[in-house]
Amino acid sequence: MTAHTKGSGTTWVGRAIRRLEDPALVTGQGRFTADLPAAHWVRFVRSATAAGKIVKISAPDGAHVVTAADLKHVKPIRPMLHKFNYVPVAQPILADGVVRFVGECIAACVAASEAEAEDLADRVEVTIDDTAPLVDARDALADGAPRVHAEAAGNVIVEGKVKTPDFDAVWRGAHKIVKVDARSRRQNATPMEARAGHAAYDAATRRITFTCTTQMPHLMRTAIADLLGFPESDLRVIAPDVGGGFGQKMSLAAEYVVLVWLARKHKSSFAWTEDRRENLIAGFHSRDQHVTLEGAFDKNGKLVALNAAVVANIGAYSCFPTTCGVEPLMAMAEMPGPYDVRHYACRARGVITNTCPMAPYRGVSRPVITFVLERLMEKAAAAFGIDPIDLRRRNLIDKFPYTSATGLVYDEASYKQTMEMAVEHIGLPAFRARQKQARAQGQHLGIGFAAFSERTGYGSPAFAARGMEITPGWETVILSVDPSGFVEARIGSSPHGQGLRTTLAQIIADEIGIEPQLIKVIHGDTDRAPYGWGTFASRSLVISGGATLIAARKIRAKLIKIASHMLEADADDIVLEAGSAKVAGTDRTITIAKLAREAYHQTHRFKGEIEPGLTETGTYDPPGTFSNACHVAVVEVDVETGRVRIEKFLVAEDAGRIINPMIADGQVHGGVAQGIGNALLEEIIYDETGNILSSTLADYLPPTAHEIPPIELHHIETHTEASITKAKGLGEGGAIGAPAAVINAINDALSPFGVSIDEMPATPQRIRAALRQAEKAA
Amino acid sequence: MKPAAFVRHVPKTVEEALAILAEVAPQDGRVLAGGQSLVPIMAFRMARPAHLVDINEVAGLDRLAVDGGKLVIGARVRHAAFHKSVADGPLGKLLAYVVRHIAHYPIRMRGTFCGSLAHADPASEWCLVAATLGAEIVARSKRGTRTIAAADFFQGIMSTALAENELLTEARLPLLAADAKFGFYEFNRRAGDFAMAAALATYRLVDGKIAEPRIGVGGAEAQPRRIAQAEATLAGQAPGDAAFRAAAEAAAKAIDPLEDIQTSGEYRRDLVRAVVRRALEHSA
Ligand SMILES: Cc1cc2nc3c(=O)[nH]c(=O)nc-3n(C[C@H](O)[C@H](O)[C@H](O)COP(=O)(O)OP(=O)(O)OC[C@H]3O[C@@H](n4cnc5c(N)ncnc54)[C@H](O)[C@@H]3O)c2cc1C
Repeated sequence: MTAHTKGSGTTWVGRAIRRLEDPALVTGQGRFTADLPAAHWVRFVRSATAAGKIVKISAPDGAHVVTAADLKHVKPIRPMLHKFNYVPVAQPILADGVVRFVGECIAACVAASEAEAEDLADRVEVTIDDTAPLVDARDALADGAPRVHAEAAGNVIVEGKVKTPDFDAVWRGAHKIVKVDARSRRQNATPMEARAGHAAYDAATRRITFTCTTQMPHLMRTAIADLLGFPESDLRVIAPDVGGGFGQKMSLAAEYVVLVWLARKHKSSFAWTEDRRENLIAGFHSRDQHVTLEGAFDKNGKLVALNAAVVANIGAYSCFPTTCGVEPLMAMAEMPGPYDVRHYACRARGVITNTCPMAPYRGVSRPVITFVLERLMEKAAAAFGIDPIDLRRRNLIDKFPYTSATGLVYDEASYKQTMEMAVEHIGLPAFRARQKQARAQGQHLGIGFAAFSERTGYGSPAFAARGMEITPGWETVILSVDPSGFVEARIGSSPHGQGLRTTLAQIIADEIGIEPQLIKVIHGDTDRAPYGWGTFASRSLVISGGATLIAARKIRAKLIKIASHMLEADADDIVLEAGSAKVAGTDRTITIAKLAREAYHQTHRFKGEIEPGLTETGTYDPPGTFSNACHVAVVEVDVETGRVRIEKFLVAEDAGRIINPMIADGQVHGGVAQGIGNALLEEIIYDETGNILSSTLADYLPPTAHEIPPIELHHIETHTEASITKAKGLGEGGAIGAPAAVINAINDALSPFGVSIDEMPATPQRIRAALRQAEKAA
Repeated sequence: MKPAAFVRHVPKTVEEALAILAEVAPQDGRVLAGGQSLVPIMAFRMARPAHLVDINEVAGLDRLAVDGGKLVIGARVRHAAFHKSVADGPLGKLLAYVVRHIAHYPIRMRGTFCGSLAHADPASEWCLVAATLGAEIVARSKRGTRTIAAADFFQGIMSTALAENELLTEARLPLLAADAKFGFYEFNRRAGDFAMAAALATYRLVDGKIAEPRIGVGGAEAQPRRIAQAEATLAGQAPGDAAFRAAAEAAAKAIDPLEDIQTSGEYRRDLVRAVVRRALEHSA
């Protein structure tokens, strides 16, 4: 992997300093949920049937087995959306008379160890009267299909529709209409650490401490306390080190509710560590969309209208807190991506089926819509007989702010510039020459591009537009300097590998003139951190970073005030740097530690002009900002076996101001790797009975280091007014662009064969099937 | 994903191991070698042996030597032992080439050659080597010792001629002639995964023509085996594209393909065609 741009200069922001969180993690000192000892371990009995009625559950005499009958007073999980014809459906904490997907929890078995709990689970017998399962969304939509939930007629539980006023007229007048019919199969985010929870009762305070591997500790506290009916103040939620989440750990696990219920009831500690099989079958899935997209172009190849139909298979229940609306509604809102198109129609449906519920996964919907839209661009270019890059040039947005057909406001970005940068660095003409030569020798190389916009760091108004009952957006940071000069930022966001402890420290360091290594960022503990939303939607650096900057500016102002008082100098003449306050142009200086002591222990000297203490709060709720990128994949397709090898991958990316280039590059690398998995390898497969066939990592195939090519990165920094730090989010972009680039490259390689691969993952089996069909037709 | 309870026995001699095995085999006692296949299936509780006869401390089973024109591989010899050539001539090179396709480094440090044969995964590289080269497999029990030919040993998916109370003590591979050529190719979706099809080819050249061809295919049928039809097309031909393509086509036709939800019979034949030809190209 090529070196990233090394930041330089006098600020900490922009420098590739090493991650402050890593020494503990790489020396085995990380603390994870499953490391905690517990008095009791829980194993869940899960449904082996996709749909049916529970006739009988029998457990060995005297065994500690919890079923729905014990949880009569616990509310079901029932997320809510106030728009888009959303039909709320209830998920009982343990299946209550009915099972709706393979993997659904039916009973909780408690024993002294994990192995014994599993022994007990083996001995619990569940009799289920099977009913016909609905696995594919198409079957669930069919006339006369049975209902997965009685409330949801037709099995559609969320439906968004838009049509801009002159759409029909523009459509009729279009020069050419190009169509893509695409499928993105089901995935699992597969974090390295699967889910885990540990609930412990504290006899002194009568509170429960619930440690779990989550991206949203405060939301877990709210949800669990609400469902069990006790005050949030009696529950402390801790997210210790979290081994990856990627969205899967945003959603409330029913299992967690059982653990807290057990700890309260028995006044003891109860733990559950999810195994990989449980995670693959029941730990939330993602993607699984069928999108039909038509583009209407004028005679110059300018896109004038888009018409989309989105069907998202959202599984058996709606996830908390985002609801299952995230996938279809995000597809509807953001389908036009980086392209200028004034007329738009879309119908997006979330269809309920007897499969594992969906939850957000890195990129949410945008890996799918970018794939579909970028396939459309390629097909349109072919239809017009022009170069696909040229077609994109004619359509990419280049005037800002830009208001999209769906009303989204795009701030300043660099859609065209990143694409031109990618074209230049990949050496397109030289590649075309090499491709031609290789083809003559029976070797099939291809190149694929994907341009996209990534909406990041959006605040509460953006979420409110979705009609969410729980409307996230803002973040709060409490920044304190204690009397010894020790700096601590307590943040509501909750990172799980993104390096936020480092990047926030860099932001603070520049404001108050001390080294980032001396700053501690505290998160993931509802007793220690202010209420916040957590990490998702490429938001934490933008929003929590913005709140951090606001708090740090206040601390800075106060330090200057105290320094001006002590040094008897004008506040305007004071600079904070290298751990001290200095009077500019003199040798008068005082350490920040001394100022901090003063702020606590010598406040009588302030004569009421300065408030005691050194703690400030910053809250930030921004409008949202779009980062952007262009991804390029160069692949070789083995036409005899269908195997795709990625030779090279390039990303030209603009995420505004880069706080730490090393961390930014790492985010892109990881996202691209997941995008490659999406394009080529990863697929959750159900058979027609609703049984899952990809329930181990021998069948569900995330890429390994071998499958990831060298990734070359280039950055442009467009500084936006939409973010006070000028940073845009970039957590998801890698995963958004890579699938489309890889699939376009495969299609480019296969262009002599007249096939079109519009399904992900493009497995060797699918590629060979397409080629075989073309061979037969020829 | 915790195994059901079991008792682990750690014999020090073959006789002791056989005695314990005789006693525990009727209660679902099993041999534990490298554990790289057995332990995962125990964790999934797809196997729940009540007793494990751990052979990792049994004296003498680590033998790896050429004896009477054969390479003798004892039951404790790990995959990693083959990372470098263990016998002069083509056989050592062949094994060193093939071993790199088995799983990943940490697994090769534990998993054993004989454990792979006993486990009999249809896609196992060692099973393909044993079937193609005509290995002899030595099975011992309290009642005696028998030597089983590879062609009789593999009996289906994870099914062999080994009785429950038998310990596979060693496998013997005939050395290849000094002028023998070999080629191997396997197809999988990720590096280190089990093969979706693999082929091993060996032959000699006599007056520029292929002699004594052996074409083995693994991962495509319930068990690896030599494909007589492909061998027949090769015998007496000059090596080259035409002969290799004909053999590949014959192999693709001859197999009875394993199918699953993602892999149709047609696709498996596509793969067999590709791997056989590529193994032959690799040999030339
Ligand atoms: C992630 C992963 C990837 C893998 N990929 C591959 C691959 O690509 N190719 C491949 O070939 N293998 C692969 N393997 C399997 C690996 O090679 C195993 O080591 C091998 O299959 C079994 O050898 P073992 O010594 O570990 O046997 P064990 O796991 O100890 O035993 C396997 C079975 O054989 C029996 N057994 C073992 N030794 C004897 C004996 N001496 N006598 C009688 N019975 C015996 C056991 O009772 C058990 O039933 C992979 C494994 C993993 C975990």
